[in-house]
Amino acid sequence: MSYAVILVDSTSHAVRIEKLLAPTDIVCKLIPVPRHLSSDCGVCIRIDQDDMERIRQLLDQSNAPFRSIEVI
Amino acid sequence: MKRSNDGDPSSRTPEGAIYLDNAATSWPKPPEVVAAMREFQETSAANPGRSGHRMSIQAARVVYETRQAVADLLGAKDPLRVIFGLNITDGLNLALHGLLKSGDHVITSSMEHNSVMRPLRELVRKGVEMTQVTCAPDGTLEPKMVEREVKPNTRMIVLNHASNVCGTLLPIQEVARIARNNGLLFLVDAAQTAGVLPVDMLDDHIDLLGFTGHKSLYGPMGNGGLLVGERVDPGELHPMRQGGTGSRSEHEEQPDFFPDCYESGTPNAIGLSGLLAALSWLGERGVTNIRAHEEALCAELLDGLAHIRGVEVYGTRDAKKQTATVAFNIRGMEPSTVGLRLDEQHGVLCRVGLHCAPSAHRTLGTFPYGCVRFGLGVFNTFDDVQDALKAVHQLAREER
Ligand SMILES: Cc1ncc(COP(=O)(O)O)c(C=O)c1O
Repeated sequence: MSYAVILVDSTSHAVRIEKLLAPTDIVCKLIPVPRHLSSDCGVCIRIDQDDMERIRQLLDQSNAPFRSIEVI
Repeated sequence: MKRSNDGDPSSRTPEGAIYLDNAATSWPKPPEVVAAMREFQETSAANPGRSGHRMSIQAARVVYETRQAVADLLGAKDPLRVIFGLNITDGLNLALHGLLKSGDHVITSSMEHNSVMRPLRELVRKGVEMTQVTCAPDGTLEPKMVEREVKPNTRMIVLNHASNVCGTLLPIQEVARIARNNGLLFLVDAAQTAGVLPVDMLDDHIDLLGFTGHKSLYGPMGNGGLLVGERVDPGELHPMRQGGTGSRSEHEEQPDFFPDCYESGTPNAIGLSGLLAALSWLGERGVTNIRAHEEALCAELLDGLAHIRGVEVYGTRDAKKQTATVAFNIRGMEPSTVGLRLDEQHGVLCRVGLHCAPSAHRTLGTFPYGCVRFGLGVFNTFDDVQDALKAVHQLAREER
């Protein structure tokens, strides 16, 4: 499976997105940020690449803050 | 009328004393609160948001759920704008010191707690201008008196929702309208009302709302904070402290986003897990039911005190116009003596003196000796009220 990650500024933002996705059939998992994307010690949300566009729409509709979505 | 609530924890201490000091902090707590804290400590108490492992993430979820629950209860739109701190004193300090600058004018009332007055006095020394609107001797406030004080440099109005001394409610909805019409920020100290009276940031047009977890929200001590509305620009709200947040660790500059900007250092996550359980208990019990019970207890207490010769009651003397916090004195007796004798001879635990609110006591005419305060809570019963009334009656009779 190919993954992408949603990068966020804060763990609070990550949990917020996790809650946003929970009622949908989108599978996500909070994981530590992959080292090559950031030197930060925080978490990000791992998603399936196939869900990227749907998630982008959901994020745009909500006002959940996030930094970017990156393919990993 | 139900005389007590079946299945509730007892409002008596193990030695049988009656706890009537809920305005200081509520006791006992719903048993769910202690159970949740124990479970959190035993299963999830990693540092929330600091590490990427599952236990740390689980702790962060609990903290976030608590943010959401606080936002839901108090009508805030964005849970990320719920800022946690030690207590409401932390939250009020953030709002006042974080927003007011030298040359700004702020309006407040004469019924405020020192958690508002002391930061304001400090700000006055730094060049902030302050007007304190005098309340009536029963603690009520005429909204027009507030409007009259608005000046070109007025930035903020700050009011408590209910007095911690005598329970008198202030007209926050009317004053919110005045703030909106004049382009001012409105800060409300809801320490005595959140959880027992409806407070809704959006509906009531409150820009900044201070709350404390350990009083009428029935959580443990050590949690509270500030809800920041959409009209407050985070660029203008300066954090009180800088430090580690678990986010943007590569930078030595403080993050500029909610809530991390204002929450440096490891939070009291165990306490927050208790607050979360308390809020869920509160949701099941219902704010309206809690209020109805406390209002009925308060009416019975006010009525009983009115019939004891030598007792003077302060405030509105109307259970509908106040919280279930009742202030009184026994003529000829110092409040400190009354407090000691209530405790030692009658097993009634209450708070006497000035209650961290000298200005409120000046307004009520009880400065500098203060008064006796009975603070009723959801777990108090009509028997508690009757026993406390008997004790006051006996003290008053001995004094005559
Ligand atoms: C109206 C009011 N404001 C502020 C406070 C301060 O609360 P805390 O000690 O939780 O910060 C209290 C309680 O002591 C209060 O009753």
